[in-house]
Amino acid sequence: MTWLIPPLIFFYGAFLCLFVGRTQRTFITLLAPVIALVSLLMLPMGNMAQVQFLGFELIFIRLDKLAFVFSLIFIIAAFLAAIYAWHVNDKIQQVSTLLYAGAALGGVLAGDLISLFLYWEITAVASVFLIWARRTPAAYATGMRYLLIQVGSGVLLLAGLLVHYNDTGSILFEHMGLVSTGTLLIFLAFGIKCAFPLMHNWLQDAYPAATVTGTVVLSSFTTKMAVYALARGYAGEEILIYIGAVMTLFPIFFAEIENDLRKVLAYSLNNQLGFMVVGVGIGTELALNGTAAHAFCHILYKSLLFMSVGAVLYRTGTSKASELGGLYKTMPITMVCCLVGAASISAFPLFSGFISKSLILDASAKNGYYLVWFALVVASAGVLSHSGIKIPYFTFFAHDSGKRPAEAPMHMRIAMIITASLCVIIGVFPSLLYQLLPYDVAYKPYTTSHVLAQMQLLCFALLAFVFLMIKGIHPPEVRGINLDSDWVYRKILPTTLSAWAASAMSVANTWRIGLQTQASEWIIGIRRLSSPGGLLAKGWGVNSMVFVVTLLLLLVLFLNLF
Amino acid sequence: MIATQLPALQIIIPLFAAPIIVLVRRSELAWIIAVVANLMCVLVAWKLLGLVNEQGIIRYSLGGWAAPTGIEYYVDSVNAPLLLLVAAISAIVLLYAYHSVKKSVDSNKHYLFYAAWMLCLSGLLGMLITGDAFNVFVFLEISSLSTYMLIAFGSDRRALTASFRYLVLGSIGASFILIGIGFLYAATGSLNMLDLAQRIPDASSERAILVAFSFISIGLMIKSAIFPLHAWLANAYHHAPITVTAFLAGTATKVSLYVFLRFLFSVFGTQYNFEYLLFNVILLPAAVLGFLIMSVVAVFQTDLRRMLAYSSVAQIGYIVAGISLATQAGLTAGYVHIINHAMIKTALFMSVGCIIYRLGHAHRPSLDNLIQTMPLTCAAFIISGLSLIGVPLTVGFVSKFTLIGAAMEKGWWMMAALVLVSSVLAIIYIGRVADVMLFRKQRLPNPIPQGRNEAPLSMLVPMYGLIFMSLYLGVYGSKTLAVASEAATQLLGGFR
Repeated sequence: MTWLIPPLIFFYGAFLCLFVGRTQRTFITLLAPVIALVSLLMLPMGNMAQVQFLGFELIFIRLDKLAFVFSLIFIIAAFLAAIYAWHVNDKIQQVSTLLYAGAALGGVLAGDLISLFLYWEITAVASVFLIWARRTPAAYATGMRYLLIQVGSGVLLLAGLLVHYNDTGSILFEHMGLVSTGTLLIFLAFGIKCAFPLMHNWLQDAYPAATVTGTVVLSSFTTKMAVYALARGYAGEEILIYIGAVMTLFPIFFAEIENDLRKVLAYSLNNQLGFMVVGVGIGTELALNGTAAHAFCHILYKSLLFMSVGAVLYRTGTSKASELGGLYKTMPITMVCCLVGAASISAFPLFSGFISKSLILDASAKNGYYLVWFALVVASAGVLSHSGIKIPYFTFFAHDSGKRPAEAPMHMRIAMIITASLCVIIGVFPSLLYQLLPYDVAYKPYTTSHVLAQMQLLCFALLAFVFLMIKGIHPPEVRGINLDSDWVYRKILPTTLSAWAASAMSVANTWRIGLQTQASEWIIGIRRLSSPGGLLAKGWGVNSMVFVVTLLLLLVLFLNLF
Repeated sequence: MIATQLPALQIIIPLFAAPIIVLVRRSELAWIIAVVANLMCVLVAWKLLGLVNEQGIIRYSLGGWAAPTGIEYYVDSVNAPLLLLVAAISAIVLLYAYHSVKKSVDSNKHYLFYAAWMLCLSGLLGMLITGDAFNVFVFLEISSLSTYMLIAFGSDRRALTASFRYLVLGSIGASFILIGIGFLYAATGSLNMLDLAQRIPDASSERAILVAFSFISIGLMIKSAIFPLHAWLANAYHHAPITVTAFLAGTATKVSLYVFLRFLFSVFGTQYNFEYLLFNVILLPAAVLGFLIMSVVAVFQTDLRRMLAYSSVAQIGYIVAGISLATQAGLTAGYVHIINHAMIKTALFMSVGCIIYRLGHAHRPSLDNLIQTMPLTCAAFIISGLSLIGVPLTVGFVSKFTLIGAAMEKGWWMMAALVLVSSVLAIIYIGRVADVMLFRKQRLPNPIPQGRNEAPLSMLVPMYGLIFMSLYLGVYGSKTLAVASEAATQLLGGFR
């Protein structure tokens, strides 16, 4: 059984993919999640697959209810992404997708810090190929930045776990809390992958740069693995509540003014992570249930949104809001699926986001974090605006771009329809999801007051958007000169918001430019020294080599004799 | 009968293979003799390792002359694994070398090439096995002279300057070692290492010992290419025939490091505080600056051989960092990385050799989309590259993990952090190559012939053999760690 644990199934698939033709590869990507699911369901609760490594006892499988929810959704996400990627004929992408999904699954099931680190690194290395697979110089640069940050997180984790081991003599991955240098380092490592504020840039940088299918895959795993890790190691750590609240709020401004819709989704991904982090920070049974449920639903609807925008990108070659519009005429199914995703992320009743977000909101209110609760409500309104309305509106409606692309390919439609159905089914029958959650909590999302409150919030947000669209806000096509720039939609928001955002951006830019010039001077200097022919890298003549030898000899003699 | 003569056979087999090869002259036959002799060496080394594990230290008096007077071979848990490592790496590269050498070396010189190889091998094995300080110098000279010759076989005329520069530097290093040994002899009246270790503490002149120590250290630092005395290495590795580079990268510097370890810990003993001075003031900064600066330099190289050469200097920095900790854990980390890096770097140079075999160069920007034409070679490069970075489940990770652990155990947090930083730099230089191989569309007008154009099987099979061996030892890292830890205990305990 040790050789048939779920992560290994994915790795076997990846290995097989190396040697077979296109059709077989496609089937392997589909089959691996199915077999992994069977394997997961057959696993008993508790620890398994213990292995001795470098004198440590590694626990590759630690299955409990928390790990189970995350494993299950990871497998589902891998399966859906495989259907969506049916058309892909790229060995590198298929192999790295399987490796990446397997590693993320392994990370969730890991019972000790070393095996967690192992999977942490594999996710970093495997996923970067999904970005590089775009095969452009820009994608290369982005991928390299992404890889460095991801591996940097791994490096912190390694350092942290060694310090932690030095302190406690244990490498078990269980609740740690922020108590020492070691746990702080591990916390930061998790934080980078979870895209904490100021550590989040890699996400918006990398996800929109990946291939159409790559983004769908990327959006599911890395960050949710980090959320799981936080929930496992740092549940109830109060600082997480505030970090999470900031995470829910600040991406809204950026999402509103962003033109590239995949980037908008990347920002909104960040915002959704905020909800989960708040849940972890509160740390009660209800809140942790909320985090798990929200991660589950979020992976589905975020995949769905990335899939629909990806389908549009696939058909039209662009995902810029300014170049899209009016696509509902020829891509109705994609449009409907996108709307389901939008409704789910905005937490409309009867859609999946509603039943999971409520848990977190209720938990924050019940524990007296009213300010946080308020922030989350504001953030929910923001989500509605940038993900719920902006994405479908500017893609499928708004001004007619004149584009008449064909409907998304069959396999993409199938993937989207299945995902959309899951969103609705979970929304309508929440108990299906609730029974999977780590703790038994009797919670009823569909109470009158709850539904009413949510509808009020949503209706007013919707109303505000319509009002702004009609009143004095220019539709994009008027600002023809700016069509290509990323700032077109700034005016769609109330002026105040955009002013805040603009000033925030300009401050950030000034800083960045200052830092960049300084850094680039350094880099030029280093490059001059290190390039072939530079002082450090050229073939030194005999004279200079002997000079160094003599100098060092004198130094050693001096030190030894005096 | 044979079992008792194993230590002598270890040296005699390759030493006698060399003149036989010269007499035979036919290039195929020369290669076959070299391979057979080398495989016998591996067998002997394997037996020796088994014997050491069974019955402990083996002491062998050459020609029946007893120890302090005669030359003694001394095999313990420190050098037995390295004997096997050096013999095995030489054998693997030699198996791989046939086609590559045929293409890059004049056919009427093949027998000289293989003869030089055998001499070099016997020199290296001799440095490992001997228990006599002067004998170390002799074997060092044998291996060095044949190395200069091997490097000069490079097809490029720059190989001659590279070889000459190495010759000058190597000779300086060797003469420093000789001067040091001379001082030791003057102060103690002995050349046997065990004897020296006993006599040094009550030697008449401590100054002479200190001078000896300084000269020997610097000499060995040159031969092990420890930063900043590494400058000979890049040109030598770059311009030598690639098989020679692969061989040297896995063996020559490692053997010098072993001798360094032997002198530092076994002969001079750790009770001397001048060593701590050397460790903290010279070795540690040299190691840390070495792995940081050389990793940066590697990032900017466009020729794969040069990039890997600088990366070698950086990796030697890791080993020296481990040594300069001078603790059980630190020595274990340094020792385990000697083994692991030998495997990684040899495999990397072998994959570069496959590229050169087909393309005639290893210029990074012209390797666009190489995965289409040489998938197995590219895979080999990337797998070994991941190991160099230290991705979990590879031998590189075992080394990195133990080194960082050792640094933390001693409380040298800064060093642990810098090791991590430098391993990130390795990602950049390997990543740049991987990106070009996998994802770039061909930019230059068709430098690579279209269609599958993989290197011959006789090159791929030994290369993959080495890679699988290293992957196995990566997953079962505790095995090499146990060996290394045993060696560290032995080194710290002094001669017994």
